Amino acid sequence: MKKVNFIHLRSKLPFLLLVFLLTFSTTIFSQDKPADSTAATEAVAPADAGGDVAAGEALFKANCAACHKMDAKAVGPALRGVADKYDRDWLYKWIKNSSALIASGDALAVKLFEENNKAVMTPFPALSEADMDNILAYTSQPKAVAVPAPGGEIAGAAASTDGGSVSNSLVLGALALIFLLLVIMLFLVTNTLKRIAEANGVVYEEKEKRTPIWKAFVQNQFLVLVFSIFLILSAGYFAYGYMMQVGVDQGYAPVQPIHYSHKIHAGDNQIDCNFCHSSARKSKTAGIPSLNVCMNCHKNISEVAPETATAEYSKEFYDGEIAKLYKAVGWDAANQQYTGKTEPVKWVRIHNLPDFVYFNHSQHVTVAGVACQTCHGEIQTMEVVEQFSPLTMGWCIDCHRTTNVNIESNEYYAKIHEELSKKYGVDKLTIAEMGGLECGKCHY
Amino acid sequence: MKTLINIGIVIIASATMVSCFNDKKPNYQYFPNMYAPVGYDAYGEYEVFPGQQEAMTPPENTLSRGYTIYDYENTTEGLELAKAELQNPYEVTEKDLAVGSQLYTFYCAVCHGDTGDGKGILVTREKFLGIPSYADPARNIVPGGIYHVQTYGLNAMGSYASQTNEKERWQIAMHVMDLKAALNGEPSILETALATQTADSTKVETTNSGANTTSEIEPK
Repeated sequence: MKKVNFIHLRSKLPFLLLVFLLTFSTTIFSQDKPADSTAATEAVAPADAGGDVAAGEALFKANCAACHKMDAKAVGPALRGVADKYDRDWLYKWIKNSSALIASGDALAVKLFEENNKAVMTPFPALSEADMDNILAYTSQPKAVAVPAPGGEIAGAAASTDGGSVSNSLVLGALALIFLLLVIMLFLVTNTLKRIAEANGVVYEEKEKRTPIWKAFVQNQFLVLVFSIFLILSAGYFAYGYMMQVGVDQGYAPVQPIHYSHKIHAGDNQIDCNFCHSSARKSKTAGIPSLNVCMNCHKNISEVAPETATAEYSKEFYDGEIAKLYKAVGWDAANQQYTGKTEPVKWVRIHNLPDFVYFNHSQHVTVAGVACQTCHGEIQTMEVVEQFSPLTMGWCIDCHRTTNVNIESNEYYAKIHEELSKKYGVDKLTIAEMGGLECGKCHY
Repeated sequence: MKTLINIGIVIIASATMVSCFNDKKPNYQYFPNMYAPVGYDAYGEYEVFPGQQEAMTPPENTLSRGYTIYDYENTTEGLELAKAELQNPYEVTEKDLAVGSQLYTFYCAVCHGDTGDGKGILVTREKFLGIPSYADPARNIVPGGIYHVQTYGLNAMGSYASQTNEKERWQIAMHVMDLKAALNGEPSILETALATQTADSTKVETTNSGANTTSEIEPK
């Protein structure tokens, strides 16, 4: 009697497939736990020190945080535990109007004023004593100790972001394994079949000797001719392609001395390009911002928020880059002072036009109103900036041929616009029709 | 076997060709002499400069063209003095306000907010905190003070003198006063300026007192 192995296969196959699918779609979230533990410790923190902590936090962020940090000196001193250092009534007076207190000759107030570079604290007459109690309750909170085991948070974050790619590669690997198994099985099956056939007395015909394929190819002159023409044409094609990209730096993404992320600044925080590249609107060059522009914000921001870190770049990495900035500009973050010891940052320029071309940023940014992204690509998504456009002459000319000049409300050119549009028989003039293709416009 | 070797050769060849492409280095150039500038390139690195840095600050005791000397000191007293007596030397026009508004969006709005309420994107994302609204009665926001703070910075705010010139700072100051007026529900400063030009004697008097102080300062 014949043994049939897979008689129930048809009915069981869907079930098997389901099992297979479920095997690889299960993911385990290891990072659920740290989140729970942080929540737990927040609850553990003492809730009260004579005021509403939550209301105090809101008030602190709205009024004090511009100049004060909890644990580090900023414009003003660190405020954690300030309620224990000074008398409550004295603090009320100070917060309400510190200048008046100093002027009254209060020794403590004068000393504090001198210690903090004589920076005047804004008076807050609008804050009631209850408000101030709330703020002081918030500042009296003990410092939250990093709850997850050291490195645990980072590992968890890495696991969470890697989760998708891990399961993907797992599935791919499993599929490859199955494919391999199938191939091996196929070989085994053919071998067995062959053996069975031989055992049953089936005789294979001996293959007759044929001329090798390459000899046949050489003997066929027509084929050789066609092949060599094809070879020459394709070689020419690739040689042309290679030659044409010489001197074109599209995709050039050098490593910068300080890892500055345009994604974080221009993307996530939506800082305008002109904020830092301020000369783009009024000069030929867009300008590499000088470090004082960085310090306008980074005097206050000495470390990145935990959520800024990505799987690729950790918070420690970004904080290290800010430390590099402080070193270059000579900023002593602990004392909030410039040391005067500076060193130049050797930024690597990415977009280099040959010397024989004239390009003016202000003409394009201010006069034409071209968005930065038109030529530089989606800068706000680039962690590492790369050259988006080829910056070749053909690329310039393409745009000049297709872009219309905004002639509205420009009376100075009204007459020439009118005559030119009559000459070309068009309503709107492209840059090319205005003479934008003349050699001397860009090559001088 | 032979085909295996052939395939191997092709793979190795393509791997070497692909690995030659390095996006960290600039590409080859045909005639580098024609690419590289003869003069000193902006932001170039040359031996003749201190620190090999072409980008340098102007020599000491020199002024750039169109620069006007700003006499108020970068101190609390200087700020109070500027608040008290410094006046906008430029006439408030629609055009200036438009420019000021654009510049405000570039430089100020990330923290101070588009409407000047102190709720810019950096504040909502908690990068900067405690930015006051322009309408805050505890902070006496006047054009002279705005100009002074833009020039020198104040507390956590840095100086914007390197990104803007004198006129641009006044244009921003105009826009800030406009925002303050809007936050307080007052008419825009353009309307007030136009109104004072054609208004009755009482209004003219108040603006005149301001104009007098400007003329007193300017010759200094």
